[in-house]
Amino acid sequence: MTSMTDNRMELVCPAGTPAALRAAADAGADAIYCGFADETNARNFPGLNFSPEELAAGVVHAHKRGAKVLVAVNTFARAGDIRLWQNAVDTAAACGADAVIAADIAVLDHAASRHPDLRLHLSVQAAANTPEAIRFYTETFGVKRVVLPRVLSVPEIAALNREIDVETEVFVFGGLCVMTEGRCSLSSYATGKSPNLTGVCSPPDHVDYAEDEAGRMKARLGGFTIDCFENGEPAGYPTLCKGRFSALGRTGYLFEDPVSLNAFELLEDLAKAGVRALKIEGRQRGKAYIAGVVGAFRKAVDGLSGGADASAAIAALKAMSEGGQQTTGSYKKTWR
Amino acid sequence: MADRSRIELALGPCLFNWPADRLLDFYKRIAAEAPVDRVYLGEVVCGKRMPFNDPVWPEAIEALTRAGKEAVLSTLAQPVNKREREILRQQASYDLPIEINDMSMVPACSGRSFTAGPFLNIYNEASLGFLAGRGAVSWCPPVELPLESIQKIAALVPDVETELFAFGRLPLALSSRCYHARAHGLRKDACQFICDRDPDGMDVATLDGRRFLAANGIQTLSDACHFAGLAAGHLTAIGVRRLRLSPHSVDMVAVSGLFRRFLDGLIDAGELEAELEDLNLPGPLCNAYLTGEPGWKKTAIRF
Repeated sequence: MTSMTDNRMELVCPAGTPAALRAAADAGADAIYCGFADETNARNFPGLNFSPEELAAGVVHAHKRGAKVLVAVNTFARAGDIRLWQNAVDTAAACGADAVIAADIAVLDHAASRHPDLRLHLSVQAAANTPEAIRFYTETFGVKRVVLPRVLSVPEIAALNREIDVETEVFVFGGLCVMTEGRCSLSSYATGKSPNLTGVCSPPDHVDYAEDEAGRMKARLGGFTIDCFENGEPAGYPTLCKGRFSALGRTGYLFEDPVSLNAFELLEDLAKAGVRALKIEGRQRGKAYIAGVVGAFRKAVDGLSGGADASAAIAALKAMSEGGQQTTGSYKKTWR
Repeated sequence: MADRSRIELALGPCLFNWPADRLLDFYKRIAAEAPVDRVYLGEVVCGKRMPFNDPVWPEAIEALTRAGKEAVLSTLAQPVNKREREILRQQASYDLPIEINDMSMVPACSGRSFTAGPFLNIYNEASLGFLAGRGAVSWCPPVELPLESIQKIAALVPDVETELFAFGRLPLALSSRCYHARAHGLRKDACQFICDRDPDGMDVATLDGRRFLAANGIQTLSDACHFAGLAAGHLTAIGVRRLRLSPHSVDMVAVSGLFRRFLDGLIDAGELEAELEDLNLPGPLCNAYLTGEPGWKKTAIRF
């Protein structure tokens, strides 16, 4: 870490389990983000996330490898139960976390007033994408880094960085929200559960697969058909915004194809745009995936400062992407 | 006492791309005929529409104010470029009640009073309390927030008036991508403003033909038409001071008249529902967000 030059971007990697945390640390993550096994984080899926004891052990392991641990307490606290979110911040601090990632004003306010020495990152769920919004969070709560919502192109990120005095972090690989993060209730409309309410999107307990008369497999969410697959075709997971729908008398992927984000080709541009950290999505992924993706992006980031070419390692990740298709998303203006 | 418990009616901002003359006619008729106390107006969804509808607002505000209605300027939910940010900065200094829909506006509105709109992520008493300290005097909760939470928040932050989203397609999501443009094979930067073809949003159905959502430029709404058929006593007990009716091409004078009669006890919840269904609604009625269930459902609301 001490060898890091000022302009080298930090690689921020996901961990949904202690095994994934170790895999990320061993594969060269500069920082690892994770959350507690409850609704305080935006990947509240069964079997995922950390107990306080696991987090404390994870922090020790990561620090030994020179990696930081960032704890996501990034859902919106439920009315009348704010204590659960405040406790999560307190526990993260007690476990030695290097930063807390938060979106809710209630959580940020608690962290800033009770733990003034704890570094605060603004979660993507806060959807702060203007200098004015970002300054509100930095000046009010002392936020040190902002994770940018995926609504900006690379030139827009560069312009934004010129107007603000805080680190920015952007997503470079993994699942891609098509809607602005933190500003989407599609999931609760179909299922009653959503990222902002309960920390989940398109939750598995509301998914079912049903064969129609023609032998096609319908992938459904909350009873709504999100996609339909021919006999023998692999049936994908019905993530609401990646489904096929009908509008104007035609059917297709109205919101987005079943693609995932890969901004490898833009890393140099992102560095020039003043981005401080690169984030990999996927706290729900297993340790093999984490090891593969983190390893490839470690090479890619090192490649920017004279390391070996990482194209082959990155190309090998394509098989790990949802549907095998990749996009640079909003970073290129034509995506809109 | 009786006056204090009277539930007011508000007309929300028009979320759709209606031509300027239609908008102006709409607000003139609302001013003359609709029993609403407050009217939010202004472009909330897409900054690209602003050059077309900007000329409407001064005349609409004048007509509404003359008719004794409180006109509130509602502001852009997702500002991105310099022009949009500059517009927000100017709007914050107008001598006009204002509704903010993005945190970008909080610093500019500090020291003046404002309404916290439904596009802000206010899910608990601490975040509303924080905004109250910055000038929030009224708030409209996010549409997915159940009544149980709204009641807790209203009780703990009693100085801020609570306004419940009570009629219309539910605003569910914002994006940087324009789905109208995408569906028409266009890009956002050359969209030809084709969202004007769908005055209530573009219907989106599942592959098996079930109605589901509605696209409105960068916004996605529900197909179903939400309604809060809660009697005045019930609303008062929850802490709701005002209902928000979201404009659609259906006769909004008739819609607001029905809600007024319902709140005044002249018709019951069953009659409100039946009479709404007789109108040309954009979709079937739904209400289950109020009870914390999937928003598309229609459920019996017990209290």
